[in-house]
Amino acid sequence: MLPKLPRETLLDFCRRMLLIRRFEEALVGLHDAGHFSGHYHVYIGQEATGVAGLSCLESGDYLFTTHRNHGHLLARGADPRRLLAEILGRRDGYNKGKGGTFHVAAPELGFVHTSGIVGGIIPLAAGAAYAAKAQDSRRIAVCLFGDGALEEGAAAEAFNIASLWKLPVLFLCENNGKYGAGRSVGAAPSLTMAVHPLIDLPRAYKISAQQIDGIDSGAVHQAIFDAVATIRQGDGPRFIEAQTVRWPGSETNWPVVPAPTEVAMAWEVGSVPTAARDWYRISDPLLLFIRDLVEARQTTREEISELDRNVRGIIDDAARFALSSPFPEPETALEDIFA
Amino acid sequence: MRELAYYEAKLEALSEIMAADDRVHLIGGSFLSLSPRRMLFKKIEEMYRDRVISPPISELGFCGLAVGAAMTGLRPVVDLSTGSFIYEAWPQIVNEAANAFYMSGGRTRAPVVFHLLHGIRGAGAAQHSHSPQAMLWNSPGLEIVLPSSPRDVRGLLKTAVSTDNPTIFVDHIQLFETRGPVPESDDPIPFGRADIKRKGNDVTVVATSYMVQRCLKVAERLGVEGVAVEVVDPRTLVPLDFTTILSSIEKTRRVVIVDETHRSCGVAAELAARILEERFDKLKAPIRRVATLDVPIPYSPPLEDFVSPSESRIIEAIQSVLR
Repeated sequence: MLPKLPRETLLDFCRRMLLIRRFEEALVGLHDAGHFSGHYHVYIGQEATGVAGLSCLESGDYLFTTHRNHGHLLARGADPRRLLAEILGRRDGYNKGKGGTFHVAAPELGFVHTSGIVGGIIPLAAGAAYAAKAQDSRRIAVCLFGDGALEEGAAAEAFNIASLWKLPVLFLCENNGKYGAGRSVGAAPSLTMAVHPLIDLPRAYKISAQQIDGIDSGAVHQAIFDAVATIRQGDGPRFIEAQTVRWPGSETNWPVVPAPTEVAMAWEVGSVPTAARDWYRISDPLLLFIRDLVEARQTTREEISELDRNVRGIIDDAARFALSSPFPEPETALEDIFA
Repeated sequence: MRELAYYEAKLEALSEIMAADDRVHLIGGSFLSLSPRRMLFKKIEEMYRDRVISPPISELGFCGLAVGAAMTGLRPVVDLSTGSFIYEAWPQIVNEAANAFYMSGGRTRAPVVFHLLHGIRGAGAAQHSHSPQAMLWNSPGLEIVLPSSPRDVRGLLKTAVSTDNPTIFVDHIQLFETRGPVPESDDPIPFGRADIKRKGNDVTVVATSYMVQRCLKVAERLGVEGVAVEVVDPRTLVPLDFTTILSSIEKTRRVVIVDETHRSCGVAAELAARILEERFDKLKAPIRRVATLDVPIPYSPPLEDFVSPSESRIIEAIQSVLR
């Protein structure tokens, strides 16, 4: 289902989702070519949540995200050149190469602090919501985390406080483990989490919670739009679990692209390579969105192909920029410890 | 100059801070823990109901909340009460707050204060007597403050709230009844300025927190016997005013370090190492550390006294460097 939005907005969503996909695919290539060495996580397969969901926010809202942050930043308008430079540890990165893939912070976009510690941001997001409420501001905080974060005590403590104090915070759990290893079909990771469904956990703290199909841009947009509206009017926190199917390239310890995305795969199902065919045909939010757009005659195949060419150009330019950005001077390691 | 008790100076600072800046929210307890004076905090609580917050027993949750609020415009001051409770909040303090400014390349500030009461309070046993400041010193990105007098607690608390960095305000319940001069219009005391609490030419005693008061008592006693002890109080570990410590040592050429963290990898260990690196050739005697012995803090009073940096151990150490 497409979000009920004007054509221009839908095409903008499509552009942003493509940008995330091309960015992450390029990133795997840059890693495999030895341009950066640290462990990293990509956002492929969750683009609908990042783009359609986060489009419901206002520019002053706060976002707290995790090790899987690239898609969230790009969805909110981050500069792919500076984002890539940061991941490659270069001087022109968002954080001068001090944060890297797990810790990209861009306060001007609302990304105050990004933590690689599972569950680490949940109390922080509650704190930003507390500040917004104390300052009588319209702002809300959005906390983006995976299903694993619910296993941390920080989540339970923050849910309790956010609920008690009616804090304006959206807990957006991106469960990319539908059908994943160690899980029963469509379920929570039953090997590590006794609560099932996951939304029972926030509900125990009297937080209104909802499970949605994170592949379906329309469902994501509607749920998050409604949740943001109730939070902004002072009704307290909300919890949404967006379920997606894990991209096969993320099933391995290090990301691997099983088959590079071609936009034509959206309308020529036969063109999908056998590797990971099911995922690209059924579970890919990007291809699903493009297929719906074309079928609804909101765009044409030609227009999508042109959009993709543009996005590829942006990513090529970002890669050139990042690779030519110098490494920081070693002595700068001693700067920025204290304000 | 007027004289105040330590707890009075501290409450006065809190009142002045609350009146001066409505970004300051007090989260946690009474800042006086189990002291019989704790009821006096009620006045501040009643005056600023919207900004004095009693959270659930969730140190990880409310310390993280304070850090997040600090990143987005408030200046929260969290009372963790007993210092040992900071371990419940460790990930939010050492892995989020301490790293935020650095990881963001200097873009995100977390001006939060964590107030705690460290050390041996008396029968606190192993789980309520910790002095976590040495571990915290091993976590770059945190400012660490150790007041030891009524004037210092007032001036340092004001600075703690005004800096843009996460600050650990390490207080000690045994200081609360200490009396001392506090000027009416006292300015904040800048971080990184050690204070010579007593002048003397024979031996330098570097002491922190409650140990400053204990060392002043010892210095008084030894003074009668003709030994001139100089007591240097760094007041803040981060930033550290090492220059004042070194100048004193250059004068006396003998040094004892008295501190309530454990001996191994403790505050005294770090100070001793730095002094040796810089001024080994100036010393007339080996450095002596008087620290808490490397055991969990026991419950029974004679056991507790035995492991702590007691007056008798301080005197013995001073005498040994004078020999």
